[in-house]
Amino acid sequence: MAYDKFTVLTSSAVPLPIENVDTDQIIPARFLKATERKGFGDNLFRDWRYNSDDSPKQDFVLNNPIYSGKILVAGRNFGSGSSREHAAWAIYDYGFRCVVSSFFADIFKGNSLNIGILPVTVSEAFLDKIFTAIEADPNAQLEVNLPAQTITIIATGENESFAINGYKKHNMINGFDDIDYLQAMKEEIGTYAATSAY
Amino acid sequence: MSNTASTLFDKVWDSHVVRKIEDGPDVLFIDRHFIHEVTSPVAFLGLQSRGIGVMFPNRTFATADHNTPTINQHMPVADPLSANQLKALETNATKYGISHWGLGNPKNGIVHVVGPENGITLPGMTIVCGDSHTSTHGAFGAIAFGIGTSEVEMVLSSQCIMQPKPKKMRINVNGQLNKAVLPKDVVLYIISQLTAAGATGYFVEFAGEVFRNMSMEGRMTVCNMSIEMGARGGMIAPDETTFNYINGREKAPKAEAWEKALAYWKTLKTDEGASFDMEYTFDAADIEPMITYGTNPGMGIGISQHIPKAESLKGGKASYDKSLNYMGFHEEDAMIGKKVDYVFIGSCTNGRIEDFRAFASVVKGRKKADHVTAWIVPGSHIVEQQIKEEGILDILTEAGFQLRQPGCSACLAMNDDKIPAGKYAVSTSNRNFEGRQGPGARTMLASPLVAAAAAVTGVVTDPRELL
Repeated sequence: MAYDKFTVLTSSAVPLPIENVDTDQIIPARFLKATERKGFGDNLFRDWRYNSDDSPKQDFVLNNPIYSGKILVAGRNFGSGSSREHAAWAIYDYGFRCVVSSFFADIFKGNSLNIGILPVTVSEAFLDKIFTAIEADPNAQLEVNLPAQTITIIATGENESFAINGYKKHNMINGFDDIDYLQAMKEEIGTYAATSAY
Repeated sequence: MSNTASTLFDKVWDSHVVRKIEDGPDVLFIDRHFIHEVTSPVAFLGLQSRGIGVMFPNRTFATADHNTPTINQHMPVADPLSANQLKALETNATKYGISHWGLGNPKNGIVHVVGPENGITLPGMTIVCGDSHTSTHGAFGAIAFGIGTSEVEMVLSSQCIMQPKPKKMRINVNGQLNKAVLPKDVVLYIISQLTAAGATGYFVEFAGEVFRNMSMEGRMTVCNMSIEMGARGGMIAPDETTFNYINGREKAPKAEAWEKALAYWKTLKTDEGASFDMEYTFDAADIEPMITYGTNPGMGIGISQHIPKAESLKGGKASYDKSLNYMGFHEEDAMIGKKVDYVFIGSCTNGRIEDFRAFASVVKGRKKADHVTAWIVPGSHIVEQQIKEEGILDILTEAGFQLRQPGCSACLAMNDDKIPAGKYAVSTSNRNFEGRQGPGARTMLASPLVAAAAAVTGVVTDPRELL
């Protein structure tokens, strides 16, 4: 199923300078009971964002109106823990299209790419520069250029390149997904299966 | 020097690559696919909206576990959302001809417990499930890892997923384990040394004397928690212990097929001289019973030790302070003597018969501490049956404990088994994340022996004093 194409994204960013943000924080298990992919953004960072009486926690960044944008910038080891794709769905449904961190957990990274969120891995030093830029100006614009594989802090012009494999890059730019690819090679898969030991 | 030496991981991975994509992932064939009620419904919706079917329904197995009650399983499930997910799993399994062990089925239980105990999990296989603890099955010398729902849809529709090949790491633990040190302590120790992200990007092989001497249940506990140091999965070369465990299980190969399989399985080991991208070696003598004090599984220490100071650790002080603040702990606190309100034994990490035997060895002849609420949850009906047959239930009952019914339960607290806000739990499960066991719950991860010691004393207690 095609998703939104991703080429160049220019946006302000929401800073979350916390390390080891696991997918239970992104969306707690008790909100995984749906049988459809709908409304997960409402529960993004649920227990950091809301008190137990559902009132917003004023000190959490998503409740601070000075921060907005389609890019989430987070501390190292983002998305660890549970494989729940609901975490990526919640981030997407909330309106983010790109997550920037100095280190991502493997499963989260794969899930994000599979639904059209671009995970951008930058150096610790560049991550600090982004946090500093947002601290100086909450509306600081970042440019994420997928074809060029660069991320730029527009106000200062500082930039860094990021890695992504050619196959996934092509998919994201064109809005293709892996299932389309696999459907096209079913005959080859059938031939393999016939020789399988199991 | 010969460059044909290959690792166990390479042998299994390479034999499952259907196509290599240049500057892209490998298309990897999946032998066994487990599904459960939480991460599969949207994948089935995807099939429907694309108008495609399930390519090999006999390679997928469904069981309900994440969202099931652990009492009164014969009654209708009270929470309508949970009931709806269970119903969706059943409907989808029936529609596509997939085996389904739902609530009430005698084979029902936690997916990573029932797969091995029914002989579905075999050496040399590729196994996936929409659950990160799929790494458990690596204990059999399989490549097993957790996937997202998009990938569940891929496996259903094409029996393949697309994965870049991970890097390879070997972790050796040599020597003899100390008294009261269980497989859970071994893996918590390794994670504390590598950190919660220390193996991200890698697939791990566990090797050395400690794992060779370990039971299959213990190996499953270790491989289960590979994901908690960020690894894609962990695996252990199959040996006589593995073969003896599998032999005779329902879906294991029989007669001639068994002999043929055995001959192949014996080739599944890392060749002398094969290279790894990273290797660690630890000494078993350095490991004592472990406990976690923070909010990720890398934040573990020997039970007799004190909580470290931030400056002695890698990582930012702000995140460390946030973690200790959540737990209500302070730098340099002793763990021994910390108050415990809840004890949970169960989960895909420690919900097998050996775990209940260990728990019973401590509580036998003692009484549950009055203020402790204990949830004792077998990993499957088969484990539940073993607990009864071996007399463990009698020991538990006499000590004031009750046995619940199988499921994931308080490990992720999707059902009613939630630790209340602010309360302290010693848990044999795998994650101590904020809110993991209920909003505001404070989790200390530990072995079944440490859990039992806490359950009878009401505080964090060194199990060596009770054995």
